Amino acid sequence: MKHEEYFTHRDPKAFPLWQKAVVGIAGAGGLGSNIAMLLARAGIGTLIISDFDVVSIPNLNRQAFTIDQVGQPKVMAVKHNIHQVNPFINVQTNALKLTPSSVIEKYQDVDIMIEAFDKADQKMMLIETWLSHFPKKPLICASGLAGFGMSQAISQVQYDELYVIGDQSSELVPDIAPISTRVMLVAAWQANLALELLVKDA
Amino acid sequence: MNNAIRINDQIREWKEGMTIQDALILMNYTFKMLVVKIDGRLVPKTDYAITTIPNGADIKVIHLISGG
Repeated sequence: MKHEEYFTHRDPKAFPLWQKAVVGIAGAGGLGSNIAMLLARAGIGTLIISDFDVVSIPNLNRQAFTIDQVGQPKVMAVKHNIHQVNPFINVQTNALKLTPSSVIEKYQDVDIMIEAFDKADQKMMLIETWLSHFPKKPLICASGLAGFGMSQAISQVQYDELYVIGDQSSELVPDIAPISTRVMLVAAWQANLALELLVKDA
Repeated sequence: MNNAIRINDQIREWKEGMTIQDALILMNYTFKMLVVKIDGRLVPKTDYAITTIPNGADIKVIHLISGG
């Protein structure tokens, strides 16, 4: 299969911008693995994905992995799955737990950064680091996606170049995992906004 | 408006020397994971108690919730 055979019927204005774009994704779990698959299908040129974790059985309820990938590093599994769908994308992976210094080192050259962490303290670390070092580059975060239904409670709030997607209120109930559909709504919203900003800012 | 600030689009009375920590208590924002901005500028968590709010400021408090 050739590049031009694969990328057919693409938007003539948006697609070239997406092809040259570099998008960072922090976390490859419920949000990150799904965001990565969506952006790969849309035709983003380069993804930089970081996650320290390995695929486990409880992840399969919402994360874009398969049973035979249980035990693999998530970044390796997501890279494999992306290339099963789109072989013409550059996927750079970092199997590490992000810290302020590694966020700066790994993501300084991205056009857009997407926060796809699970834990609120990691979300906060990324936002504080990003706004301190790259306040002019868009950062798309997620906050509040527990439960199911309540689609209309999900919204997008903008604070300068920081965007927050979610309901900003629904907290996880202990021992109940996030549910695929609402995680995917937020993941798709984050990815969709990234596509929009890449065209708008061009 | 005189002696007023805006916190997440709600108008509150401004007092001389008022800090971000005072504003969070005033709004009953007890959530641990917050991102606070004054007029678009980030205030790190470590500075909540020492950052005073200027009169007329526009404050945004973003609640960060686990899940992903």
